Amino acid sequence: MSSTLGSSIGKKLLMSLSGLFLIMFLLVHLTVNSFLLIPDGGEFFNAGAHFMATTPAIRVIEPLLAIGFLVHILYGVKLTLENRKARGSARYASGKKTTGVTWASQNMLVLGITVGAFLVLHIAHFWVKMKLTGDPLLEHTAISIGGVETEVENAYALVNHTFSYLWIVIVYVVAAVGLAIHLSHGFWSAFQTIGFSNQIWRKRLTVLGNLFAILIGFGFSIIPILQYLFYQG
Amino acid sequence: MENSINIKLKVWRQAGPKAKGRFETYELSNISTDSSFLEMLDILNEQLINKGEEPVAFDHDCREGICGMCSLYINGRPHGPDDDVTTCQLHMRKFKDGQTITIEPWRSAGFPVIKDLIVDRTAFDQIIAAGGYVSVNTGGIPDANAIPIPKPEADEAMDAASCIGCGACVAACKNGSAMLFVSAKVSQMALLPQGRVEATRRAKNMVAKMDELGFGNCTNTGACEVECPKGISLANIARLNREFLKAKLQD
Ligand code: HEM
Ligand code: SF4
Ligand code: FES
Repeated sequence: MSSTLGSSIGKKLLMSLSGLFLIMFLLVHLTVNSFLLIPDGGEFFNAGAHFMATTPAIRVIEPLLAIGFLVHILYGVKLTLENRKARGSARYASGKKTTGVTWASQNMLVLGITVGAFLVLHIAHFWVKMKLTGDPLLEHTAISIGGVETEVENAYALVNHTFSYLWIVIVYVVAAVGLAIHLSHGFWSAFQTIGFSNQIWRKRLTVLGNLFAILIGFGFSIIPILQYLFYQG
Repeated sequence: MENSINIKLKVWRQAGPKAKGRFETYELSNISTDSSFLEMLDILNEQLINKGEEPVAFDHDCREGICGMCSLYINGRPHGPDDDVTTCQLHMRKFKDGQTITIEPWRSAGFPVIKDLIVDRTAFDQIIAAGGYVSVNTGGIPDANAIPIPKPEADEAMDAASCIGCGACVAACKNGSAMLFVSAKVSQMALLPQGRVEATRRAKNMVAKMDELGFGNCTNTGACEVECPKGISLANIARLNREFLKAKLQD
């Protein structure tokens, strides 16, 4: 087993599986975030956030997510360093004129670090406040869940306030675009790595990956932008 | 169309593996556009020898695109500006009169320079020796139809088998990865019943050797496929991943 995960393909397998896991997470995250656009003063979003915070499954999902990110980041850095060594230090004086290689595929670490840097800020903005320090904005609010009046944290107020700052909105959009470019290569690459690709599926996976990247990039950008423009006050 | 061109060459010269290399500039006039790139280098070397200078060392053998011996990184691309050809099949008509042509050796830690433009590619031989063969007991010639093989599989196996082991894939790869080469060598046999017998052992041993020799981890950029003179497809890498992971799962 250790010889499997220690091999080049094994290390790539960890990258692929952690990447695919993070992709699943992004889908759930975007779905919940899309509730922010329902113009009901945040009631539906708060219900969603309340469910995500209190479901027993979160005790498994949260550490799993942390491990997923950790494995992905550590192995991403490890692989990139190993590959630099394998490539060697000598460069081509006549440059690289190979055509048809995507920029994303050659800059996965830079794109990943952009997403990682954003992640730190993102966690400080929301996770830390909601789980550790608390925030006056989170003061309880009553919503009705399935007709039952329930007291929940006002996560919507915190999100809404955070997105009243233009610089934060800009940082979120930049990160979303970076993530989208990461995925424009990462999506198909993850399937290629686990062996699920051939001449036909490669084309399908690239198209699907690009569509997914656009969905993620657009989705995670448009929510803060609309919040900033139309949901303040 | 001009029939002959004058060119300027910037050639990497390096006395030995440990020596510090440098670019040397040479001017060549009246090079026929019908000559091959290697013939042009022959002309250069003849002139150097006549002047009492050391000729440029470069690899070559068959000069018809089948042995994989020729290499050379020419003006930013392995095997030069033409697509799907080896350097020996590259013609001087692909260059313009007065153009400067930069010629470098393959550059990757797995392929250290021996001299001038020649690099050490014995790492590929070691990978083949680790499993890139079918062990056969020689006997009578078997009946050609005894083992039926579907046409698509036979075609894909033949495509994979067209890899000539030149190393352009490694030379083009930002990760110094040999995955396209190894995947072609694993695929050509994994696709055929005769090769299936040793398939799991082959995939494991060849990948282990590739890793041991310090080649990089494939990140699926696809530069190898673009620069491969034989058009070996990335689909082979997916197959290698599949073969390897399946083999490990069986352990
Ligand atoms: C939600 C966030 C992220 C998602 C969904 C994601 C997804 C992916 C996927 C699917 C791959 C392709 C794996 C493969 O080729 O088998 C990948 C590759 C990569 N990721 Fe991420 N990633 C994320 C964040 C990060 C972060 C924070 C880093 C920071 C270091 C990072 C660094 C890399 C690197 C270096 C690669 C290329 C490695 C390789 O192909 O071998 N990623 N990512
Ligand atoms: S895969 Fe293509 S580029 Fe690589 S060694 Fe074989 S023929 Fe050369
Ligand atoms: S010399 Fe044999 S392939 Fe070029």
